[in-house]
Parts: sequence; C-alpha cells; structure tokens
Amino acid sequence: MAWSERQVGDAVLAEARGRIDLSNADAFRDDLSAAMAKAKTAVVLDLSGVDYISSAGLRSLMIVFKAAKAEGKTLALAALQPLLTEIFTISRFNLVFPVFDTVRAAFGKVAPGAAPP
Amino acid sequence: MKAIFWGTRGSLPAPLSAKAVEAKIVNALVKGAHASLDTVEKARAFCTETLSFAEGRTYGGNTACVQIEIGGPDYLLCDLGTGVREFSLSALAKHGPGKPQTYHVLVSHVHWDHIMGFPFFVPAFIPGNRIKLYSCHPHLERAIRGQNREPCFPVEFETLSASIEFVTLEPAKRYDIAGASVTCFEQLHGNDSFGYRIEAGGKSVVYSTDAEHKPENAAEMERAAAFFANADLVIFDAMYSLAESISVKEDWGHSSNVLGVELCQTACAKQLCLFHHEPVNDDARIDAILAETIRFEEITRTGTALKVCAAYDGMVIAL
Ligand SMILES: [Zn+2]
Ligand SMILES: [Zn+2]
Repeated sequence: MAWSERQVGDAVLAEARGRIDLSNADAFRDDLSAAMAKAKTAVVLDLSGVDYISSAGLRSLMIVFKAAKAEGKTLALAALQPLLTEIFTISRFNLVFPVFDTVRAAFGKVAPGAAPP
Repeated sequence: MKAIFWGTRGSLPAPLSAKAVEAKIVNALVKGAHASLDTVEKARAFCTETLSFAEGRTYGGNTACVQIEIGGPDYLLCDLGTGVREFSLSALAKHGPGKPQTYHVLVSHVHWDHIMGFPFFVPAFIPGNRIKLYSCHPHLERAIRGQNREPCFPVEFETLSASIEFVTLEPAKRYDIAGASVTCFEQLHGNDSFGYRIEAGGKSVVYSTDAEHKPENAAEMERAAAFFANADLVIFDAMYSLAESISVKEDWGHSSNVLGVELCQTACAKQLCLFHHEPVNDDARIDAILAETIRFEEITRTGTALKVCAAYDGMVIAL
C-alpha cells in the first residue's frame, strides 16, 4: 500500500493505493490517524487507487472513524472502485461511513470551505 | 459423510408468522397465475425452480442442532437447540422406541439456544438408550441438570430413563466419538464456546458456532484458519454483518459472512455454510445475504473456488 497526503484548508486530502489487508492494516491505521491529527475538521480519503480491502483494513477505517467522531471530526471516503463499493455494501460499511463518488463531492460536503483545485 | 441441519437459527427460535406464510402464498399465486400448475409435480417444480428459496420455502426457526452422519450405528449430533425435537422424531420413526440407540452429542456451549431442546429430546425418556453429552465447556452438566428442574421444567433430570453421561473434553486433544475423530477448539464468546472438527472416512466437517473473530488479531485468525484447514465443510457463525461485528456489536460473540469467507479462503476449506442466522432476518434477507456472500467469495477469490451455502432447517449436505 502506498500513502500520500496534503493539507487542504482545515482538512487533509489523503490517498491510499494498492491492497489493504492484514499485512498492512496497522500501517494504514497509523497513517490515517496521523492525517486525522493534522486535520482540523476532516480527512477525505481518496480510495480510487485501492483495488482491495480486507476485513482488517475495514477495521482500521472503523477505528479512525470512531476516534475522529469523538473529537468532532469526520472521515469521508471518496472515489471507490466498483469492486470496493461492492465490498463496502456486502460488509455494510456503506452504512457506517460517508462515502462519496468523487473527492470533490466529499469536500463539498465535509469541508466546503476547502474544496481542492 | 452427511451433515443434516435440524436447527439453524441463532439466539432464540424464530418461527414464521401467519402473516409471513400468507405473504409467501400470495406472492406465489400471483407469480404462478399464468403457469398451468394443475399437478403436484408441476407445482413443486414451480416452487423449487421458479421461485427463490425465500419465496417458495423458509430457512426455518429452530435453534442450533446439526446431525453428522458417518455411517456408523450410533448417532452424532452437534448442539441441543430446539431442532433436536424434530431430530428425535425422525430417529424414533426410524427405529421405534423399542430398539435402544446410542446418541453422542457435542455441545458448543451452554447458552440457552444451544441446550433448550434437551427437555424435549425424547430418547432421554426411553429406557435402554444411551446418551453421551460431550463438551469442553466445564458447566455442561450443571446447565443440563439445572434446565430439567422445577420450577422451569416438570420432569426432573434424575427421573429420565435413558443412561446419560457427561464427558468433559480438552481443547486440542483428539477423541474417537461415534467412530469419528473429533478435535475441539476454544472460541471467543461470552461465557466461552467451543468448535469441533469431525473427521471420518476421509471427510471433515468443522462445527464452529458462537464464535467471534477479530480481523486485526493475526495470530487468532491463523489459529482459526488452521482449525478449518482443508475442511470439506465449515459450519460458521455468520450472525452479523462485518460492520456490526466490529462496531455496535463488537464483543457480542458472533461473526460475519465476510470473515467466514476470509477464514475459509485462508484455510483452503471447500465449503462454507452460513449458520446461526440472526432471528431478526427474514427469509428474503437471508437469501440476499447468501447471494452477497457468494459474490464476495468470487471477487476475493485467490485460489480454488469456495462453495457457499446458507443453512436451513431440513438441509442435508452430502460430502
Ligand atoms: Zn447461539
Ligand atoms: Zn452463545
């Protein structure tokens, strides 16, 4: 899994790429919580480059999402590949997280003042 | 080897209501309005081939009881949920009450849904029958005796006519039970629960209900996969969705269809059977969960295909 992130106003736009499974779920969680710590309001996670996420990866998302919620912040997921959308639906994670078709739509909702170019 | 499912529901019995039966019949009549269903054969074919499982049948509402048939003279069962009542009737119909039998029962744990059928287990009332109740769970005898006692039940355990023995098993040891080789596995569940791996005639079934699996715990996931390794059939607690089992229902002691697929794929098991259905889920819901699980297996498949089914009361899987 590859990771990159940048500050966009009060939010952070993060991007994960590759496969997220048991072998890197902890690293994924740590990267995501570090990004959340830098964000004042929200992290928008661009998942367009992720082709698979296992239960361990989903759990990492859940942990960061819960911690963020307790601090009044949001984790928004954007641009899921069709296969990932299916995994989210089957595991019912689509009912837990705000999921958006595009990064722009996610910013529009969770950090309207910080829409990325 | 055969697995015969007498009870497949989790937590408590969930019978169909009159309204639910009416809805099924109304739907079937409307769908069959233009088919000429004028013989029993045609109507049955329509029911099983044209209608979905949920439209034409039901997953049933009895709690956990699975018979493992290995071809020997003795009976082998997993758990004593309400499904055991119908098992009793079928066994008695086969042999009649005059011919004593031996019944071996592996009990996962003593939560009520897994033992509540025992007071109605007719073979226990018949002299000459031998009943051996096995579990790694230390409180099996106390729970079974406590259930057959006033003021909860009018027939005291001590008055049951069959010879009833309790056998405490130890995890990881191998036992010869009813002609099968049986090993046990400790599972994460409130008040503890145990899975059983049953091997006979070159086939293997894993009965693993009431078990929570934590996806982040690599060692525990590996331990479970090792217990499931190459099994011909894994009967798996798929009560919740993955999201539920790691959020609002975390530590409630149950697992999900998604983890069932992941574990069986890692274990190179051949067939996954979704079991311990959530009582809130109606037939249509379980149909949908099964379809999604089959799809999940397809999109995550790395090696050989894993067969997926959802248990229903009355289902028979021949291995
Ligand atoms: Zn149960
Ligand atoms: Zn239980």
